[in-house]
Amino acid sequence: MRDFRCGNRNEIRTGFRHGIRTEFRPPAGPPMTRMSTDDIWAVLAAVPDPEIPAISLTDLGIIRELAWTGDTLEVTVTPTYSGCPATSFINLAIEEALRAAGVENLTLKRQLSPPWTTDWLSDDGRRKLEAYGIAPPASPKGPARCPRCGGVDLEQVSQFGSTPCKAQWRCKSCLEPFDYFKCI
Amino acid sequence: MDPVFEFCLRMGDNTLVLGHRVSEWCGHAPVLEEDIALANTALDLIGQTQLWLGLAGEVEGKGRDADALAFRRDAWDFRSVLLVEQPGGDFGNTILRQYLFDQWQALFLAALTSSSDDRVAAIAAKASKEVAYHVERSRGTVVGLGDGTAESHARMQAALDRLYPYVGELFAGDTVDEEIAARGIAPLPGSLRDAYDAALSETVAKATLTLPESRWTHTGGRDGTRHSEHLGHILTEMQWLQRAYPDATW
Repeated sequence: MRDFRCGNRNEIRTGFRHGIRTEFRPPAGPPMTRMSTDDIWAVLAAVPDPEIPAISLTDLGIIRELAWTGDTLEVTVTPTYSGCPATSFINLAIEEALRAAGVENLTLKRQLSPPWTTDWLSDDGRRKLEAYGIAPPASPKGPARCPRCGGVDLEQVSQFGSTPCKAQWRCKSCLEPFDYFKCI
Repeated sequence: MDPVFEFCLRMGDNTLVLGHRVSEWCGHAPVLEEDIALANTALDLIGQTQLWLGLAGEVEGKGRDADALAFRRDAWDFRSVLLVEQPGGDFGNTILRQYLFDQWQALFLAALTSSSDDRVAAIAAKASKEVAYHVERSRGTVVGLGDGTAESHARMQAALDRLYPYVGELFAGDTVDEEIAARGIAPLPGSLRDAYDAALSETVAKATLTLPESRWTHTGGRDGTRHSEHLGHILTEMQWLQRAYPDATW
């Protein structure tokens, strides 16, 4: 398990560029001012989901809370599916985006309860999904319409798809298969 | 041994061993959709394992995390039921094994969502959502294959005859279960048997299969006293890298 509680952005960047770890050197100058949580939400709203880059981490509804304790920012993240391999990439993306925005000290906290639900997907996220060709979650019975032609004569191919969050469906009007972001 | 630690091992070892068994199908299923479904199911089970074994390590308090528990215990320290250790066999056998486990897991996790231990309740609530999809698919496929061709029907009946004698262990309680139930962490395993039998009977009837009359069951997995030989072979493959290169990371 990765520990996100250490490091300084200069150290991390140098480490990535040269492939080696360098000594920690605190930056010169006045102490950091704390970014407002509104600004942090805006930074995270620009971080794409690694599996479905059409939507952001905030569209997905997995960032549950932001809180400052002293000069350390705590970001509470909830996993979509317990075994989703994107989870560790998402944590890395959050860390990189926030360090690039100037957050020096951060902790990522995993929160299981209440469990993530597709009800937390933003309206904007739903529109972006459909425009991307993935039918947004509609009801346990399945998608509302085909994301390609809008047809409503649909059939399920499999409850499972290319990522844990998707199912495979087919439109009987345009005959195209499509992904459905299933309700959970 | 702390009964909560033991309880978490039983939950996590079931999902770990079955997750590994199901992942053996990756790239081998009869059609692409089934291959994807099996791999996704295995992924969910391994994810749940991380939660259960992570909690086990936390409860134990000796610095062992989920990886240490998964990769550095030998067969006699595993607490998985014998059902999940059974080889996949043909596709029908794999699906029937899955259904027998999914149906139990769906009922047990639903009960655990009101556990007196918030950590257990949180994992159960998370896993329940995933298992709802697993059981829907495995139940539907058991019915489809059982009530399918003469060949698929015969294979499913043979699978049921082979695997049913492992079902009873899911409901066999011991002193650990009594302690866990007394603390309100989980119900006694046996208390779910009626609900399980009702669901199983309905599925078996729809699948035009016949449930074996005898309820005699193999035991020895969930208390670690008598695992099947299969477990050692599973661990040999699963733990090879950590045993050959201890502490390897990437």
